[in-house]
Amino acid sequence: MRLGEIVTAGVLAILSIYLMWKSTELPVGYIAGEGPGGGAWPFWLSAIMLLSCGMIALNWWRGTSPPSQSDEPMLDGYGWRMLALVGGGIIGFVALVNIISMYGAIAVFLLYYTRALGRHPWTLVLPLSLLTPIALFFFFEGAMTITMPTGMPFMDPIFDIGYEIIY
Amino acid sequence: MLLALEPLNLMLIIIGVSVGLFIGAMPGLGSVNGVAILLPVTFLVPPSGAIIFLAAIYYGAMYGGAVSSITLGIPGASTAVATTFDGRPLARQGRASLALVTAAIASFIGGSVANILFTAFAPLLASVALSFGPPEVFALMLLAFATFVGLGGDDIPKTIFSICFGLVIGAVGFDEISGAPRLVLFDINGFLQGIGFLVLAIGVYGIGEMLWTIEQTRGEVTKTTPKMTVKGMAADTKEAAKRGWKGTTIGSFLGFFVGILPAAGATPGSLMSFGVAKMLSRTPDEFGKGSPDGVAAPEAANNSASTGSMLPMLTLGIPGSPTTAILLGGMVIWGLTPGPRLFVDEQEFVWGLIGSFYISNAAALLINLAFIPLFIWMLRMPFTILAPMIFVLSIAGGFAATRDMFDVWLMVIFGIGAFFLRKFDYPLAPAVLAIVLGPIAEPTLRQSLLLSSGDPSIFFTRPIAGPITVVALILIFLPLFKYLRRRKAQAAG
Repeated sequence: MRLGEIVTAGVLAILSIYLMWKSTELPVGYIAGEGPGGGAWPFWLSAIMLLSCGMIALNWWRGTSPPSQSDEPMLDGYGWRMLALVGGGIIGFVALVNIISMYGAIAVFLLYYTRALGRHPWTLVLPLSLLTPIALFFFFEGAMTITMPTGMPFMDPIFDIGYEIIY
Repeated sequence: MLLALEPLNLMLIIIGVSVGLFIGAMPGLGSVNGVAILLPVTFLVPPSGAIIFLAAIYYGAMYGGAVSSITLGIPGASTAVATTFDGRPLARQGRASLALVTAAIASFIGGSVANILFTAFAPLLASVALSFGPPEVFALMLLAFATFVGLGGDDIPKTIFSICFGLVIGAVGFDEISGAPRLVLFDINGFLQGIGFLVLAIGVYGIGEMLWTIEQTRGEVTKTTPKMTVKGMAADTKEAAKRGWKGTTIGSFLGFFVGILPAAGATPGSLMSFGVAKMLSRTPDEFGKGSPDGVAAPEAANNSASTGSMLPMLTLGIPGSPTTAILLGGMVIWGLTPGPRLFVDEQEFVWGLIGSFYISNAAALLINLAFIPLFIWMLRMPFTILAPMIFVLSIAGGFAATRDMFDVWLMVIFGIGAFFLRKFDYPLAPAVLAIVLGPIAEPTLRQSLLLSSGDPSIFFTRPIAGPITVVALILIFLPLFKYLRRRKAQAAG
């Protein structure tokens, strides 16, 4: 945790410097007759962020913040595995949206999570994975008139059936 | 009042509140979506019925916002962010029913107080609201930011970082005053449209919080939400009244006052009420860990502010929130002109609408209480079913709100980033709230400095802005003084 604390503060300090630099694309000072320039607000706030990172680093050096006093690892084996399985599952879910549609991706994600991670029986997994996207389809497309991504053209026939029911 | 009691209007109120409740409970959807989507439906009924229907949706959605904050830990709308601070911990302790009952009762009382104030003082309060110019609104925002420092816990540098991060993220997109592109990060065009509140909120709460919970509990949720019974609900009502009355009182009055100010609205109202309730509490340490007062204050405030925000819309024609802006548009379409003459020319309509606020509020309480067992049942699902459902609702709801896959990817990045930041005790609620208030604070600061030719004393010399600024500065520096004093004592001892 101690190493992680200072590494995080360092990364955030770099982010703050980048935001300060990016803010200077617009004026950061006071312009007579126009007021503060468009970059002033983010520039000075990013400067405060950088200053805060300095204070976090100082607290780390003094060992006053709880993470800087801890010798425990940031994540143990379970933590990394969980992050890979759940976080990876979410990334896979979002990546699938443009291929097999939002509803298709929901079905695959629910199937993966409830079966592979939750170890639920197929009698629960299959109805849940199929009925949830169908219910959400009628809620979003029918009741709320919000069109979700429909994926690649091979998905069109499935959506045609759904739209025929709605309209 | 009689207009609101007509059978058609009563039916519209019940349907509107029920629909609003479910739309508000859906992460990513709020009263704005409900009112905007159902606006065309209102052309099927007379104008008075139409506005009553939309007001009922508005009420229902304000109640519904608390449901997703408490049960899922995802604030569906910015007005419900403060509700998660204590609502979610209560749910995790297996006391979701207490949180939901407290929220429902506080919302009802907040709405009722606002209705009474609205009925009695509408024209007078409208003139007070008009006296708030850019320096006053900025001072009010400063006061809201001051309460953030108290929300962030002991690590002041991390809290300040979180606030500034939220404010900077809120500045991404275009400079509102010059119209120039600003902070287009890594020159990716997706950033031109800015980063909305929901993108950060769903990332932090919907994804980051869930990853955190799974990691902390090792995938096993230790507390089980008990079954909901009538006896249990009665006990929760009693406890909510006993332990939430102070927060409800503060939220009801403060929320209404902030709500009537143009450009302020329910979010700063609910946040400030939470902060003030914590400051005035005899047990401030309980806040953030599951205090009923911490649920009651923001919930009473956001309902009270919702009614309050109708006031400048009806009396001056100035909408106080995005939802009232849509309501204003609807009124214009129906041939009604909001403004001072409305109370003279359309008396039946105005008082009918105000009457519908009372009935909608009562209907929302009853319908909300009736649905609490359903929400509790949802929490009794195995965690390995609830967790993926929350992820699904977060992603689908997030897309529904922004209609852009770029924003969905940002949610995932914010979620994973929030998980790591939380590991190192960075408070994230201040960042989420800062992203909402930043777009109000920045233009008012710049307009104020333009008015004073760059002289910051404008925030101290004006009769309303001055005291608010001083109080805000005291609140900002108080924890810093305490922190320094504690450090000094530690060094000495």
